[in-house]
Amino acid sequence: MSHPIIHWRIGGAQGSGIDKAAQLFARACVHSGLAVLGQREYHSNIAGRHSYFDIALGVEPPTSVAEYPQLLVAMDGESLFRHLPMMRSGTTVIANRASLGLTLEKLPYLDAPLREKLRHDYGNELSVQKMIDSATGRGVTCLSVDIEGEQARIAEQLERPSKEVKRALNTLMVALGGALLGLGERALQTAMTKLFPRPEHRQLNAATISHAYRLAEAQNWPCGELAAPARAPARLLLDATQSVALGKLAAGLGLQSYYPISPATEESSFLERYPSVASREGEPFHPRIIQVEDEIAALSVAAGAALTGVRAATATSGPGLSLMAEGLGWAGMNELPLVITLYQRGGPSTGMPTRTEQGDLLFAIHAGHGEFPRLVMASASTEEAFYDAMEAFNYAERFDLPVIHLLDKMLTTSLASVLPFDSQRVPIERGRIASPAAGEARARPFQFTSDGLSPRLPLGQPGSAHWRTGVEHGESGLVTENPQIRERMMEKRAARLAMILDELPEEAMLRHYGEADAPLLLISWGSNLGAIQDAIARLEKGGHRARAVQIRILWPFPSTAVEKALAGAQSTVVVEANHSAQLASLLQSQTGHHPDHLVVKYSGRPICGDALAEALELIANGNGEARMVLKNPYE
Amino acid sequence: MHEQPILNAKDFQSPQAADWCAGCGDFGILKAIQQALAALGRPPEQVAVFGGIGCSGKTPYYLSSSGIHTLHGRVLPFALGAKLANPALSVIAVAGDGDGLSIGGAHFINAARRNIDITYILYNNGVYGLTKGQAAPTLHLGEQLHTMALPSDQAALNPLLLALASGYSWLGRGYAYEGKSLARLVEQALRHPGTAILEVLQPCPTYNRIQTREWYSETHPQSGEPRLYPLAEHGYDGLIPPDADTTTIQAKQAACFARLNEWGEHIPLGVFLEDLSRPAYPEDGGGNRAIADPAGKSLARLEGIYAQLQIP
Repeated sequence: MSHPIIHWRIGGAQGSGIDKAAQLFARACVHSGLAVLGQREYHSNIAGRHSYFDIALGVEPPTSVAEYPQLLVAMDGESLFRHLPMMRSGTTVIANRASLGLTLEKLPYLDAPLREKLRHDYGNELSVQKMIDSATGRGVTCLSVDIEGEQARIAEQLERPSKEVKRALNTLMVALGGALLGLGERALQTAMTKLFPRPEHRQLNAATISHAYRLAEAQNWPCGELAAPARAPARLLLDATQSVALGKLAAGLGLQSYYPISPATEESSFLERYPSVASREGEPFHPRIIQVEDEIAALSVAAGAALTGVRAATATSGPGLSLMAEGLGWAGMNELPLVITLYQRGGPSTGMPTRTEQGDLLFAIHAGHGEFPRLVMASASTEEAFYDAMEAFNYAERFDLPVIHLLDKMLTTSLASVLPFDSQRVPIERGRIASPAAGEARARPFQFTSDGLSPRLPLGQPGSAHWRTGVEHGESGLVTENPQIRERMMEKRAARLAMILDELPEEAMLRHYGEADAPLLLISWGSNLGAIQDAIARLEKGGHRARAVQIRILWPFPSTAVEKALAGAQSTVVVEANHSAQLASLLQSQTGHHPDHLVVKYSGRPICGDALAEALELIANGNGEARMVLKNPYE
Repeated sequence: MHEQPILNAKDFQSPQAADWCAGCGDFGILKAIQQALAALGRPPEQVAVFGGIGCSGKTPYYLSSSGIHTLHGRVLPFALGAKLANPALSVIAVAGDGDGLSIGGAHFINAARRNIDITYILYNNGVYGLTKGQAAPTLHLGEQLHTMALPSDQAALNPLLLALASGYSWLGRGYAYEGKSLARLVEQALRHPGTAILEVLQPCPTYNRIQTREWYSETHPQSGEPRLYPLAEHGYDGLIPPDADTTTIQAKQAACFARLNEWGEHIPLGVFLEDLSRPAYPEDGGGNRAIADPAGKSLARLEGIYAQLQIP
């Protein structure tokens, strides 16, 4: 029997402890033996603007958060204005009683269009109370708590100033939600201890949690009971920036360079926290993590490091890749292994730095002038990101080219409970390394060979002195404009694209989900996979059978494998978080297949399983349009 | 310990014929680098010379060491990346004035902040040569090369003054046609344990008919003093010892500042600053080492990190 997934959401102002609240809740769930998947939505702002955190929890690992959660914990009035309209029958809302009188006019950060929409939907002189009344009419349960009063009682009990107690508002709200769901108080207390190392904070938060549980009891809340496995395995609670960083360390990273950029910085910051990595043999590793002046330098520093034979990488977002285009071309021209981890965010230009989008697929494939080979791959989850980060270096070194590893903002805040990753699962493959002997003739970094790959020449090895250049060159690395050598070098570099498709196992290029004979085929890439898996399960409950193919290597495009997957599908749907359906155009140009439907989303918010399932159900029932756009009209 | 064979400048020559214009100052710089590397005594394969784009960027092809021809303006980050990843390498970066100061400006002012042990040689001829005669950032306001339609409407940058502000811990200036002293300066820069910059005044016989070889050789009509003069002979000493206090450091920097502002009638050559008070970047990281066992299993052990992140 499959256990239900519970969807929890907390909303409040940035800087008011939303992140900590979600960490606390998620950790408590994991302590209880549950698996969690989180997702954070926030503005490009330090404090004050609205932020919310979704967490899905279950005995089985959830694959998607929900657009329509079962529990909304609102730390402030703005959260209610933004989220109440989306809450559906069966949802419970925990609100601060003091917020109920709040009117629309008193909210400084509510965007004008949303203000207008709320006025249009609910009428003028709109207050929180009015919206709650409307929600209650739809079957939403609202539990309003006299937060100020309760905090005053906590202050009195602890004999501490109420100003201090008010700071634990996030803990109080989490604990009230926890009590309602039936999350064990002990699990919450244990999680709290880890998050608050200072004794005076612990005392306050412990009392706050305890007070919340007693209050729920005293008020006879309809508290549930969370199903939990008897034995909980140890889990790591990570987002994809952390799992990529761990994957890079497992892969033997030698140097990572970076320039701070949302939402990629977290990966490099995480790496900086571990300057020493234990080795199975002898001395620990000390990878160099280097912050530089811009992304042009970031790529160039990584390229310089790669020239010495170490595994080198950089992590960035779309605006950074724009600056890296020239260096990417140099790496391609020099057949240099290099990994660029690209966390996509809403574009173009500065776009939406803290919102998600899959808008850089075609850019990653085409960035840079002229023609040179590169490999573009995409991970779908926090867990996949670890193993893919390891593979990225293998691909780069096996095929001597730059690898762009695509992720997105959604994955950077996909807080997932995962079993510790196995650093031995992906074997390390370093490609062919030259072993020149001292005293030999000048080494040839671009030597023509039968398979088109030249043994790699690290700088500084005996007998290895050589030239390299971004100018067209012969085998020795000296400049040439000879037409025959030019043709051979272009062919040599290009040939490795076919080699990749030939040598990599199909499993590395794409993965299948669902039953092989299901008539509806969903085609996607990257972070949408979790929502797609969730949607397939939801569709099944409605009697519709669907399957999915996740394309993991996007360039070179695995046309043969994709064509095989297309066979037998009655209807095909491409699902993407961008406007123009970039995978669909790639699919069409590489296989000639024109998908029957596109489901896209470009509001900067991630695709969720429940909303996707509704769109797909229309398609399955024959009522779907050729292009469908998933929206977030309120938030 | 292997005994290093004694090397001479010839060991650093490459069979490639340099295709610079006849009389180009680059020939003098090339020869000085070859002599300095020989004096340093490291075999060519342990030396990596990085070039940018332009006439100066061709230098690596004319040396027997490893030579990396990078991108316009990007020579410093490439060179720094290599040095960080393999601290055993001796690393030289060469760039022209446009390459290093204009398109590479952000790198120029940031490259020395870690005081990584590399040597940066800036070829200064006031002009973009390979694109045939446009004003470089070191051409002065109002100066007009014969290839320019109008006099320059931009003031010149002072490369070494910029380098002083940017924290290069060794500052020097040489002249392309004073081979012996130039080779000595390159060697000093190479031996300095930190980020060294050596500006080389390098007449462009084809495109710069203002700062010509003749112009640099002139003497003052009244005093008879030469335009180019060696700092050391005027009692100047730019050494900041390792244990120098703040007052000493500031006094040395002020003296350096004054000399760097000299241009025109008198142009000083030599070592402006040798700051040993700044710690050099540690060389204990990086390195090309085994990352997997023979079966391909990763040698990294993440359990220690997992233990910090694990729940419960």
